[in-house]
Amino acid sequence: MKSSAFSGGVHPQDFKQFTASLAVESCPLPEELVLPLVMHIGAPATPCVEVGSRVKKGQLIAAPKGFVSAGVHASTSGEIRAIEPRMHVNGSRMQAMVLVPDGEDAWADGLEGAGPNELTGDDIRDRIRAAGIVGLGGAAFPTAVKLSPPEAKRINTLIINGVECEPFLTADHRLMLEEGERVLDGIEILRCLLGVDRAILGIEDNKPDAIAHMDKLCRKSVVEVKALPVRYPQGAEKQLIFAACGRTVPSGGLPMDVGVVVQNVGTAAAVSDAIRKGRPLVERICTVSGPGLVRPANLRIPIGAPLSHLVKVCGGLRGRTTKILAGGPMMGMAQAGLEASATKGTSGLLIFDETAAQLRPEGPCIRCGRCVSACPMRISPTTIAAYSRLDMIDAAEQNNAMDCIECGCCSYICPAGLPLVQSLRYARGAIAARRRRV
Amino acid sequence: MEHKLYLSSSPHLRAEDSTSRIMLDVSLSLLPACGAALWFFGLPALWLILLCIGGCLAFEALCRRLMGQPQSLRDNSALVTGLLLALNLPPSLPWWMALLGSAVAIGIGKQVYGGLGTNPFNPALVARVVLLISFPVQMTRWSAPQGARADLLSSATPLGELKTALMTGGTVESALAATGGALGDFFLGSMAGSMGEVSALALLAGAAYLFWRRVLTWQVPVAFLGSVVLISGLFWLYDPAHYASPLFHLLTGGMMLGALYMATDMVTSPVTGRGLIVFGLGCGLITMAIRLFGSYPEGVSFAILLMNAATPLIDRFTRPRPFGSLSGKGRD
Amino acid sequence: MLSAILTLGLMGLLAAVALGLAARKFAVETDPRELALVEVMPGANCGACGYPGCGGFAKALLEGKAMASDCSPGGKEVAERVAHILGVEAVAPEPEVAVVLCQGDNQKARVKYLYQGLRDCVAAQALAQGPKECPGGCLGLGTCARVCPFGAIEMTAEGLAVISRRKCTGCRKCVGACPRKVIAMTPLHAEVHVLCNSHDKGAAVRKYCDIGCIACHICAKTSPGAYRIDNFLARVDYEARQSPLEAVPKCPTRCIRDFTQGYPEGSRFAPPVVPLHAKDAAPSP
Repeated sequence: MKSSAFSGGVHPQDFKQFTASLAVESCPLPEELVLPLVMHIGAPATPCVEVGSRVKKGQLIAAPKGFVSAGVHASTSGEIRAIEPRMHVNGSRMQAMVLVPDGEDAWADGLEGAGPNELTGDDIRDRIRAAGIVGLGGAAFPTAVKLSPPEAKRINTLIINGVECEPFLTADHRLMLEEGERVLDGIEILRCLLGVDRAILGIEDNKPDAIAHMDKLCRKSVVEVKALPVRYPQGAEKQLIFAACGRTVPSGGLPMDVGVVVQNVGTAAAVSDAIRKGRPLVERICTVSGPGLVRPANLRIPIGAPLSHLVKVCGGLRGRTTKILAGGPMMGMAQAGLEASATKGTSGLLIFDETAAQLRPEGPCIRCGRCVSACPMRISPTTIAAYSRLDMIDAAEQNNAMDCIECGCCSYICPAGLPLVQSLRYARGAIAARRRRV
Repeated sequence: MEHKLYLSSSPHLRAEDSTSRIMLDVSLSLLPACGAALWFFGLPALWLILLCIGGCLAFEALCRRLMGQPQSLRDNSALVTGLLLALNLPPSLPWWMALLGSAVAIGIGKQVYGGLGTNPFNPALVARVVLLISFPVQMTRWSAPQGARADLLSSATPLGELKTALMTGGTVESALAATGGALGDFFLGSMAGSMGEVSALALLAGAAYLFWRRVLTWQVPVAFLGSVVLISGLFWLYDPAHYASPLFHLLTGGMMLGALYMATDMVTSPVTGRGLIVFGLGCGLITMAIRLFGSYPEGVSFAILLMNAATPLIDRFTRPRPFGSLSGKGRD
Repeated sequence: MLSAILTLGLMGLLAAVALGLAARKFAVETDPRELALVEVMPGANCGACGYPGCGGFAKALLEGKAMASDCSPGGKEVAERVAHILGVEAVAPEPEVAVVLCQGDNQKARVKYLYQGLRDCVAAQALAQGPKECPGGCLGLGTCARVCPFGAIEMTAEGLAVISRRKCTGCRKCVGACPRKVIAMTPLHAEVHVLCNSHDKGAAVRKYCDIGCIACHICAKTSPGAYRIDNFLARVDYEARQSPLEAVPKCPTRCIRDFTQGYPEGSRFAPPVVPLHAKDAAPSP
């Protein structure tokens, strides 16, 4: 089960001991659920029920708009109290459907599953799209779109991402351990849908129990379980593809350019539910953890659960809270408070207190080159950041700023504490804006 | 929750190391070399080391004040410059020249370019070369190693003897005999030379510490010393009477100090691995050119400064090729 | 000695002749007016005219694409000189200066979070819409000051951008750079401005800022016609004949500033004018 490691990357402490051995708990329903119309990459969904209507669990409440879009479903039964701007995890107020649960948690009628063999490929895609499934690894790209590559791109390999390289997060780990069958079922559905013979499930080898479990389950199938060396960001798409099957996604390209489709284990499980049980995406596993929390846990949360509710379920805040993150500590978004709600892509909620390391004060770049060695995309963050700070966007573009995956390895390793990712984001934003204008 | 939270761009985790820690590590790694200096040259060495460190710290504080910039002593870089400068000087240098050297190192070598991180040339080497050209007599008045005696007897360095001998028609053997020492002595440090360059043993010990701490990377020392061994080896094989052996070249002069501490200064060397190899090779080439064909016996300082000047160009040409670019592959 | 002088002298002579011939042979044909135009321009290459630098502006003028009055930093003087060179009528541009419509520094306005990162307003704005609670207020991280080619913008010690009316040339670079759009261009003759950029209702503004406009309408009532209240924010009507001065001391939050009495607190540009008599004193902010 050897694999070729990608160059670069860093080894942060993984902090998974807080929740790795904790079984997934169900999360009680909050007083209100806030479902933003955009929880995915693509056009925002359009509401299709009115304020005041009563909805059932799994009912479509906002329809996808256009091809690259995803719908929103009611995570529980209740009443649509409002459709108004609400705080989003991305820090701005965005239009959202406010759903007040009625406590019954009753599923909508007519949600019927089917055996995947009875359905055509297009049927399966339609059901996945109708279920509002997006990539649950964090990027939230509409899955049905990813599973519809253009004719010209011949897909021959499916890679399933069970790596979960972000520190603290253990949602995928527990999913594989506790619901491995569901995951495998989803993988098989996807594999047959894409018509490929090769499916690889990549898992980082700091999860030996998950590897052993999935390996046992997959023995009867064609799915190959590959243990990958622990290195952040092993779970990043391009790095995972290289480690799992040795192919290099061309710069500016997509996995389909090398015949690969990558899906997260959570997405695979959601696909299984959508096909077998006819259930749309209404819940996900979220790791709520961190030193500033009384009782870390892996929760099965309804989509749209307020972050404050999740903290309450976990016993509340401990000590003086200094930072709140939605997602993992390497790529997650810092929150100004607990006002926002969990979206389809919220894989983690981390609370930090004073014991957590504060960001080091910023010193000048000493050209040590550690960021260059650490960069998994093999660009030079220090060079690009220097141009970015001087607003020399053309030079930043020439130095391949657009290849950056914003993984955070450079800022992590920088001894001067430079906000390299922030500078790179600034440059990438300016380049993207320029390209749109042309 | 009444109080405000911290918000920053991702990532929200940082590795342990910091600039001041790296600089401190370099300072610690120079302690064996300082110890060797004290052992072989006695109290004058201690005096010079303390003077240079104090001078560099003082001038850095003064410069930042005059420039209206925040104080930067906390990053320990002035400490490193002071130590390296002292170790580059002959132990008999008058105190005021050492102070002048500190002023030049910090003021002209570093602060005038904006401070740490923006200087193109190694500050300690700038100071050494300025002193060498301004005060050639005192900067080349070397002392024989002797231990804790307060006075110093002058003596020529092995490289000096070699250059003199070869220019006057002598051979390598006669030069070695004139130094009164053998290669083994040179390794330990029992030879004339600047305070830090004499003991290869002490320098290697310090460098080993830096390798372990991951402050030092292999590219520059290997490329620099490797090219020196290759070039000197070729000439030595061709004519051993008139060209000294690679081991001689490695152990004498500022070779070890230069390859392990001066050329490896992060600020003034390239940022990529390939760039560092080119840098090291260039240093070795120019050093040997000066040693073998130039009129100066020692060429390390000049070689490093010249390669410092070439660093931006090297960086430009050794830009890393992104993962997935047409000619690049995922692996190095 | 003689031979040395002769040799070097001869070499010098040869070099001079060679250079002279080269200068003639490889000379570039330019319109002599282009050089004359560049000479009379401010030389800041700020781009306010819309062309790449003063050289680009000169070329555009000669091509007939630009007008003499396009150079706002140069003002009347440059417009006249340029027109003279081109042999056309001079039309003086309306002088404008940039004003930061905010007084909410870190002593007067609340933050929603403690920002860590690049000291740049655009970068900070990308994080949860910026650290200030007020959605329109100045972030005080200095992006405008860095972009100003004339050094006309200073950041006060309390984190507020202030623009000098004397140094500002109206090139508009700061207006484009500010992510909060809190800098506006105003006619030079206008000395009274409402220094607030928040369209939130009064009660909300009160919560996050001590010196913001609460749209109480007192200014419009005191000096009818001089002020316009638009979506909970008062603005001086610069074209109005009615003077806005009378309303300045009446504003309850002191967000209206009369610049003849000085700049916002903490600015070095011009301290408030000290009045001769106590009764003439403007109420302290």
